[in-house]
Amino acid sequence: MDMKRGYYEDIQLFESNVVLFWSISFLIFIFTLPLYVPDYHFYLLNLVLVHIILAVGLNILVGYTGQISLGHAGFFAIGAYGTALLMLKMQLPFFLALPLAGFIAAFFGFILGLPALRLEGPYLSIATLGFGLTIMQIIGHWDFFGGRTGIQVPPLDIGFGFILKTDVSKYYLILIITILLVIAARNIMKTRVGRAFVAIRDSDIAAEVIGVNLTAYKTLSFAVSAFYAGIAGGLFGFVLGYFNPEPFNLILSIIFLVMVVVGGLGSILGGILGASLITILQFSLLKNIKEMPYIGDFLVAVSNRWFTVVGLENFGSIVLGLIMIGIVIFEPLGMYGVWLRIKKYWRTWPF
Amino acid sequence: MFGQLIMEGLAIGICYALFGIAVVIIYKTSEVVNFAQGEMAMLSTFVAFQILTIYQWPFWMAFIGTMIFAVLLGIFIEFAFLRPAKDPSLLGLIVITLGAEMLLMGVAGWKWGAEQKEFSLPFSFSNTHELFKGVIINDWTIAVFITAAFLMIFLFLFFRYTKLGVAMRATQQNQHAARIMGIRVERVFSFAWGFSSMIGAIAAMFFAARSTVDPAFMMEPFLRAFAAAVLGGLMSIPGVVIGGAILGLLENMFGYFWPEWKPIVAFLVIIVVLCIRPSGLFAKHYVKKV
Repeated sequence: MDMKRGYYEDIQLFESNVVLFWSISFLIFIFTLPLYVPDYHFYLLNLVLVHIILAVGLNILVGYTGQISLGHAGFFAIGAYGTALLMLKMQLPFFLALPLAGFIAAFFGFILGLPALRLEGPYLSIATLGFGLTIMQIIGHWDFFGGRTGIQVPPLDIGFGFILKTDVSKYYLILIITILLVIAARNIMKTRVGRAFVAIRDSDIAAEVIGVNLTAYKTLSFAVSAFYAGIAGGLFGFVLGYFNPEPFNLILSIIFLVMVVVGGLGSILGGILGASLITILQFSLLKNIKEMPYIGDFLVAVSNRWFTVVGLENFGSIVLGLIMIGIVIFEPLGMYGVWLRIKKYWRTWPF
Repeated sequence: MFGQLIMEGLAIGICYALFGIAVVIIYKTSEVVNFAQGEMAMLSTFVAFQILTIYQWPFWMAFIGTMIFAVLLGIFIEFAFLRPAKDPSLLGLIVITLGAEMLLMGVAGWKWGAEQKEFSLPFSFSNTHELFKGVIINDWTIAVFITAAFLMIFLFLFFRYTKLGVAMRATQQNQHAARIMGIRVERVFSFAWGFSSMIGAIAAMFFAARSTVDPAFMMEPFLRAFAAAVLGGLMSIPGVVIGGAILGLLENMFGYFWPEWKPIVAFLVIIVVLCIRPSGLFAKHYVKKV
């Protein structure tokens, strides 16, 4: 039934025709999304896509290679500033500036990967955290990067005379890049490189013994992950249109980690699910919590009695915190684990 | 001038160390890096603020009330969030404490709002004494030094001579063996979290007097304290004090000459130190068994 009889069956992109059918249906659905969804939702959808790129990239590092990073907001910022500045100051076209910014981020990822060779656990988390803060401090204090006031991104000119202005048109661009990167990540995981990453996660000493070059693959993992973060950051800049150093802080790094953990460590689907859920929660539901039916009124009443209504906007971080804790306690595989269990249940249903 | 810089750096460094001790105590017993430490202390400081300014109680009563609250908060977080997680990975533990951090931050923001509030200790900054020529020391600094010294001596005696202290060390080295020897590991964890939360609250009150109180005010000091603890090796209490002192001195020196880069000096130092000694300056590097 589910047996794999050969190596090529294991590494093929679509496991079966059923998967192929549903994948194509889903692709058609998301490409025709503007037909069913009002335009004002596309700002949120763009953010979701950007975060999906980032979460998939971070999952390569955290979920597959088992290295922790609390500095991904730094790579995200490098991507955002890199793309915008390459286009503004060097007049590079978008399709050159974006990968270039990604490679700059990857280079910094490689640099950060070097200390990571000797560090693990808490020591690695403080090193990556320090890296993220350092990047933000440099960007915030150097006038070349626009300083505290931030920078206005150039118009999104994708060549051939097309300039993307609306959120829907940006959606298509980001969607295509996202699909390419997600498929790339999926394929990386099925190659020699991906298996080396997983071997390092499961036991780095054993991996070294069977001939995995730890130096090369650990730094490579950081670089790939940073590349994804850089691309995501570059697109993020265009989604916002205008940005300053403020959002790229430690909390953002934590939220990226939350996306990966909530979605499911070590699975591409998990990154996608987690990024979608957390982004929608953060930017849509929890932002307008007072307008939510029933719950909103109740929370306002509670706030008046024991808390302050002004502080109700902080309710979002309470929910996120509870989600993080709950996921680790009840379902360490995250939403991907829930998905697996649902699938297992229905496979033999009704028996 | 130079003496004054050293004095101020040392004072803030010891303050980092005080808070770092709280991090170290939890790591020493349960090998959890507690990212929620800063926010636990922040919430306790808010309780102190509430008692002092809203209820207008005298300081010593506020202090006792805060200490009780801090201990209960620490025990609660360990009991509610850490204990139910069965066999969590290191990343899982970090995510739980990060979640607790966001949770507590949200609660504090909900209750007290984001605006900055004044918090004052009985030890003022304006009451100064001239130790040597050109070196001025204020009451706050003296209080920090005395607290740190007492705490150091107490912890040294505690970990060496009391049964509970030895039990904590045993738990850190091997949980299962400690359990077999009759140590109630869960109680040791509860105690460690409560105790560490209390020390954190004391340190946070010093920080609060130095700046203002708002839901994010412990973020920076926590990162510095954590950095100091990592510098000292996360395991040894003298290590974290020396690490904190080094950090405070370096930061103050840099802050004087290049004020713009003050916030990142600490982390650059940490990264460089970790590259050379991956387990910090004062910890023995345990080789992991396969």
